[in-house]
Amino acid sequence: MEDEQSFSDISGGRLSLQRRYYTQSCREFCLNCPRLSLRSLTAVTCTVWLVAYGLFALCENSMILSSAIFITLIGLLGYLHFVKIDQETLLIIDSLGIQMTSSYASGKESTTFIEMGKVKDIVINEAIYMKVIYYLCILLKDPLEPQEISQVVPVFQTCFIDLQCWRFGLIMNNFTIL
Amino acid sequence: MVLKAFFPTCCASADSGLLVGRWVPEQGFAVVLAVVHFPFIPLQVRELLARVQRASQVGLAVLGTWCHRRREPEESLGRFLEGLGALFTHKPWLQLSREPDSRRWNCKVSSPGAPCGEDQVMLIFYDQRQVLLAQLHPPATLPDRRAGDATATAAEGGLAAVFHTVARSEALFQSDRFDEGPVRLTHWQSEGVEASILVELAKWASGPVCLLLSSLLSLLSWLSTWRLCRLCPLAFLCSKLCTCQQLRLRLQHLQLVFSTQKAEDPAQLMRKANTLVSVLLDVALGLALLSWLHREDRIGQLADALVPVADRVAEELQQLLEWLMGAPAGLKMNRALDQVLGRFFLYHIHLWISYIHLMSPFVERILWHVGLSACLGLTVALSLLSDILALLTFHIYCFYVYGARLYCLKVCGLSSLWRLFRGKKWNVLRQRVDSCSYDLDQLFIGTLLFTILLFLLPTTALYYLVFTLLRLLVVAVQGLIHLLVDLVNSLPLYSLGLRLCRPYRLAAGVKFRVLERESDGPLRLLMQINPLPYSHVVHNFRLPSCGCHPRQSWSSLCRKLFFGELIYPWRQRGDKQD
Repeated sequence: MEDEQSFSDISGGRLSLQRRYYTQSCREFCLNCPRLSLRSLTAVTCTVWLVAYGLFALCENSMILSSAIFITLIGLLGYLHFVKIDQETLLIIDSLGIQMTSSYASGKESTTFIEMGKVKDIVINEAIYMKVIYYLCILLKDPLEPQEISQVVPVFQTCFIDLQCWRFGLIMNNFTIL
Repeated sequence: MVLKAFFPTCCASADSGLLVGRWVPEQGFAVVLAVVHFPFIPLQVRELLARVQRASQVGLAVLGTWCHRRREPEESLGRFLEGLGALFTHKPWLQLSREPDSRRWNCKVSSPGAPCGEDQVMLIFYDQRQVLLAQLHPPATLPDRRAGDATATAAEGGLAAVFHTVARSEALFQSDRFDEGPVRLTHWQSEGVEASILVELAKWASGPVCLLLSSLLSLLSWLSTWRLCRLCPLAFLCSKLCTCQQLRLRLQHLQLVFSTQKAEDPAQLMRKANTLVSVLLDVALGLALLSWLHREDRIGQLADALVPVADRVAEELQQLLEWLMGAPAGLKMNRALDQVLGRFFLYHIHLWISYIHLMSPFVERILWHVGLSACLGLTVALSLLSDILALLTFHIYCFYVYGARLYCLKVCGLSSLWRLFRGKKWNVLRQRVDSCSYDLDQLFIGTLLFTILLFLLPTTALYYLVFTLLRLLVVAVQGLIHLLVDLVNSLPLYSLGLRLCRPYRLAAGVKFRVLERESDGPLRLLMQINPLPYSHVVHNFRLPSCGCHPRQSWSSLCRKLFFGELIYPWRQRGDKQD
């Protein structure tokens, strides 16, 4: 079964969280990040081309214009493929592990799977970035020292929900793994 | 705990039979390796499993039954399969079945003490061939455990146990459908064992070829050590020249590739393969360079251009020295010292020009032979280029050394006389500055010398600055060439190619995908290999280079420059540190 809720993130964009319940031991949480806005894209393109036209007026060399077009295209492709994350998914499989997938705007998907034996706990961390934001992270066990924590892995890396701590906790209330 | 049944995708369309595999009780994994078809004799099945267990050190057993009803539901088959549970006792007993022409899968587990229910099983499909060939990075075993330890394999973390089970059970996958054995199995090789004629021929030929080449290479290395030990100046020269270092490195690489010992673990095999591909690429690029050089008599053009370029550089240096001897940048130099230093360096340049002109008839012949060396590899050609550059700018190096030594002496003198001026001295025993009472005549002469050195400092410092900058420029160009050589030497091209074409071979982990689920069927997941990112591939499989990088930090470099100590940018690994 599925359900969807929408929130706003710390810079005001729309985020939507979908929850899918496959079985009692397998659940998926999908967070859709705000899309690339046409306004910012137009602004960046116009700036780059104005600069290129200015240089062309100075130097009278048409290579500047073609290189500006090239740079804009390559920059946009690089941004879509390596930087812009469209959707982040968290799949929890009971007694097997936790899988985090980030899908980029160009279709690339990068997946990390953490086995349940390595997970020590899941906590909500606070960070101060202009104001207080809350994010979920997974604490991993150190293989040599079982009582020590070796790594802190934030779950949703790019989307920060602008919410009070307790409301966020209510949404993630199905964590009964450990 | 939920039972996780790992089922190979190649067996999803197999006929009904017995499931054979390994049970890992700590994590609740039932790894199915193959399906045994009817008719079979239970004794022969047990013998096969015992034989495979002896060969692979992995505990195999009959895990349950598999029922694939192709036509109408056969009641007799169902009851027969249930009866098998009594014959092969294994707890828990798995019963998998699949409906014909639909995606309905059923899964039942009966274990002692626990109620059998559908929610207690998870079905995970895996591609047997990919899991067999994949290597997990980082490996699951800790460094203090031996790979062959049977008890260690059971304690391996999580999913690495699945990989290990499939990889070690190769003996089970030897028989295929066309063999006339007592037991009929379905697994990934059941359509016919995969092999390639080229690979088999290469394996057969590699033995004698490796033997021959390794004996040749050991002869070569013995020869080089014998000759170099005898002739001292030659040994010194060879340790300074880049080309000799590169040739030695390549000899080591070739010895590694053609050694007659088999690789002990996958890491060594990868290193051998990477080295071989690197050597082949090097030679190919070198031959391309050779053909380009010889095509339109470019060597002749280069030789014709070389002497005028050297002349031009010497002329520029002369003009620079004339400028320094006048009033450079409006600064007023000490006339006498200026003239002395300027004339001294000018005479050196004059000597250098004479040597270049002496060598000019032989330049083309030398360049032609140097060009031939490119067939040994592009790296050798680039190292030769770097050495030629060093030889051609030898006068700049000499000027730098003179300027640095003069400046260093001056700075040492100044610091010591400054201490005298303040009434202190350096205590060598205690390694610290102590106060000291000097006589009047000592103070007088000391202060006089201090004043002289201080007012001569700008002149020396200017000469030192100019020649250090020139030297740093030459070092930067040499550094770029070395960087390129290092890149060709250490880039793991075979691993990168493997990551591009067969990404499942280099695995960073696994990823799961939830398959569509029928209303009351078990949860079905597809396990795929998550390949290693390219940056990790380069980092893990990088070949060791010859270590010619400057090991100093920027702050120590600046300190050395300020105090006039000589910089040696290309310290080899075996040299003494100063």
